[in-house]
Amino acid sequence: MVNLSSTEKLTFDCETGNYHTFCPISCVAWLYQKIEDSFFLVIGTKTCGYFLQNALGVMIFAEPRYAMAELEEADISAQLNDYKELKRLCLQIKQDRNPSVIVWIGTCTTEIIKMDLEGMAPRLEAEIQTPIVVARANGLDYAFTQGEDTVLASMVQRCPTNSTSEKEKGHTPKNHISLKNKSFENGTESKTAEKSLVLFGSLPTNVATQLTLELERCGIQVAGWLPSPRYADLPVLNENVYVCGVNPFLSRTATTLMRRRKCKLISAPFPIGPDGTRAWLEKICSVFGVVPSGLVERENQIWESLEDYISLIRGKSVFFMGDNLLEISLARFLIRCGMSVYEVGIPYLDKRFQAAELDLLEKTCKQMQVSMPRIVEKPDNYNQIQRIRELQPDLAITGMAHANPLEARGINTKWSVEFTFAQIHGFTNARDILELVTRPLRRNQALESLGWNQLVKN
Amino acid sequence: MKLAYWMYAGPAHIGTLRVASSFKNVHAIMHAPLGDDYFNVMRSMLERERDFTPVTASIVDRHVLARGSQEKVVENITRKDKEDNPDLILLTPTCTSSILQEDLQNFVNRAGLDSKADVILADVNHYRVNELQAADRTLEQIIRFYLEKARNRGELDTVKTEKPSANILGVFTLGFHNQHDCRELKRLLNDLGINVNEILPEGGLVNNIKNLPKAWFNLVPYREVGLMAADYLKAEFNMPYVSVTPMGLLDTENCIREIIQIIKTNNPEYNFDFNSYIDEQTRFVSQAAWFSRSIDCQNLTGKKAVVFGDATHAASMTKILAREMGIRVSCSGTYCKHDADWFREQVDGFCDEVLITDDHTQVADMIARIEPAAIFGTQMERHIGKRLDIPCGVISAPVHIQNFPLGFRPFLGYEGTNQIADLVYNSFTLGMEDHLLEIFGGHDTKEVITKSLSTEADLVWTPEALAELQRIPGFVRGKIKRNTEKFARDKNFTEITLEVMFAAKEAVGA
Repeated sequence: MVNLSSTEKLTFDCETGNYHTFCPISCVAWLYQKIEDSFFLVIGTKTCGYFLQNALGVMIFAEPRYAMAELEEADISAQLNDYKELKRLCLQIKQDRNPSVIVWIGTCTTEIIKMDLEGMAPRLEAEIQTPIVVARANGLDYAFTQGEDTVLASMVQRCPTNSTSEKEKGHTPKNHISLKNKSFENGTESKTAEKSLVLFGSLPTNVATQLTLELERCGIQVAGWLPSPRYADLPVLNENVYVCGVNPFLSRTATTLMRRRKCKLISAPFPIGPDGTRAWLEKICSVFGVVPSGLVERENQIWESLEDYISLIRGKSVFFMGDNLLEISLARFLIRCGMSVYEVGIPYLDKRFQAAELDLLEKTCKQMQVSMPRIVEKPDNYNQIQRIRELQPDLAITGMAHANPLEARGINTKWSVEFTFAQIHGFTNARDILELVTRPLRRNQALESLGWNQLVKN
Repeated sequence: MKLAYWMYAGPAHIGTLRVASSFKNVHAIMHAPLGDDYFNVMRSMLERERDFTPVTASIVDRHVLARGSQEKVVENITRKDKEDNPDLILLTPTCTSSILQEDLQNFVNRAGLDSKADVILADVNHYRVNELQAADRTLEQIIRFYLEKARNRGELDTVKTEKPSANILGVFTLGFHNQHDCRELKRLLNDLGINVNEILPEGGLVNNIKNLPKAWFNLVPYREVGLMAADYLKAEFNMPYVSVTPMGLLDTENCIREIIQIIKTNNPEYNFDFNSYIDEQTRFVSQAAWFSRSIDCQNLTGKKAVVFGDATHAASMTKILAREMGIRVSCSGTYCKHDADWFREQVDGFCDEVLITDDHTQVADMIARIEPAAIFGTQMERHIGKRLDIPCGVISAPVHIQNFPLGFRPFLGYEGTNQIADLVYNSFTLGMEDHLLEIFGGHDTKEVITKSLSTEADLVWTPEALAELQRIPGFVRGKIKRNTEKFARDKNFTEITLEVMFAAKEAVGA
């Protein structure tokens, strides 16, 4: 039985991990577009290639800057030399595309046959004179968006430090705009380096600009983004840099930034929804000792503009099956919109990295007087479907494998991957989230009167 | 290692899953890492399937890597047995699991003890066969398993049905227009007075497999899947089979004649007037024969076409274009490399050249070189066509969602010939309209490409030459640019000046 009694605290469960999600190599789809001078080489089998080809649909025809290094039987049985083979392919890529960086994506197969990608990359890099970044984005360890996390964590190592840029005096990278903030102007510049802010997480360029501008309005300059649109423009990272994430699935990147580059992590809720965006801005401001003005008004203004959408979902219930790690933030936003959440399935939950987000979720539940959702890590899709049948939520947010079968059984569904590709960050894009969430409800409202909701025979 | 952007046929386990999930009440369990269950998305989206795809994964994660699957696979099988009560559970290895070299057969044996369902291990090698070969193999494996089981239990009924009857083998999920083809085949058999005994795997029950030998013969409409099973049934039960794909008027006739031959051997009394049936269907029911004769089709005479796809569809299409419509097939090709000999034999005499490859860049270069008036290929060729401004009719997998139409669109049988005639005609007229647009000064901002899609531009056009090029009418401009560049390359010019351009014109008469 499903426990629906309202609880004071969030409950955390862990199931079997038999759930559907995308393979983390799918991150090449958005990262190759974000990092304009990169080339992504996925070292795996036909299975990986088939997934990319089908998941990315039309993109595959646009001469993408990614390809498979397809392993054949001779590679698996070590009859061929990995190093020589990769060198041959990378030289070909260099000749055809001349990228500024080649990113090797390790897969399940390279893990199992223990191909030493990290060992080979520096040697090959020296030989072919093109940087090679290695990320192990495989289905043995990670789910979907965590692929980006592994790539960004590897990119961290390639970011310049202050010392390197000081050596070439006067040649500060152009994206390193130091904080010109009143509270820091008193410090003697020659001795103490200025504190700066670097944001991490791959966002479409216009969304990144929107967030940068929001911070500027609060009086904070963003010194750089990880990733940057060009590999050569990676931000400076050192102990004077404060970093803040924009997406909930970037825990490895955060850890690497702290441990390897001694950056200071600002733990904040994520800028998804107007509530999340305000909390995110406020947290950053508080770290930099800035008192932002007008944020509350700005948030309220956004909420008002969303009212037409919110009236459609207020009082309705939602069930997250879980596949992309955005679930906690989205659930928090939807609760604030007046929905109740039965279950938040999530592939992996880093309670430290998401601490502020979890706090905000708890606070929001209390504020809206709804029961705390059950958070299910590594969910079991079969069990979840039983629970969905029992609870009959007004909306199930789910992967494509289950969407059509649920619709045929009269359950409204929204395909979860769209949240990964849509623009959902910041004040400006809150409407886009609700556009997605309400779409099945608006569509089905129109069809409701026809009485064709059950489309399977019992 | 191979640098690859695109593949025509998927990995082996996809073929196995397609066969397994086509049966009713069969569940497949993949031994695979997280994310490899992408098959469920394809089936749910492309086929717009209303039911949950009966495929789950027994996840291979870091723990499995360290300690082996241990009880996990067995537990997943017995659990699924209880949850869904399937007749058969098929354990499917993936490329990842096949390098782990776990003893999956042992898991299957152990799980078989505790489950009500039959449990078998799909027997395919991931690094040696592709999706289509694996599907063929899996279908044969399941049929063999159930026939042997029935025989051991003494339940096998080999007495032929009283009326002539046939099994249809090889119709399955995510197959190119398979559902429509199946309906058309049933209609055809019905017209001939032949009952359909069993259709496998689509919608079939494994417990009915024991009835297969009751049919008089097997019909294998597609070259890729079903032949292994048909060969097995022939060797084991002396069942004849017909493997002529009834696509196009002539091959539909050939197929019918083979069927009649088999029926007559078994029952000399069978006196269906098939000659007048074929004649009536060909000349009056199907519109394709009349279409070929009409003046519309006259305009297509000698037009160049390129055909590429799986062996069945590419071979049939080549024959239809060449024999039935008088179109010149400049090149015919297939990605079914394992079936190359059969393909060559089929299209021999119907095309100028044959291309056997699974590398789409080779196909693209071939198309760019030939510059056909229309392409008949897969979705990949459609996109190549888009870049080259050549219309393309899709005749074979791999396909997108628009190739799973809701309306009735068979490629086989007499209705199939109508559909194909429409497809061919629409492809070519679109091309004509395009040219007319250009002749009458339609907007022209297209970039012109070289003879080969993959070579990069290494030639510089001087402004004067470029201006001259612009003055050439749009519909021949592309050709002239290509010919000029080819001439310049041959003569080792790196810059194309007005002089070079005129020299090229004189040399090749462009």
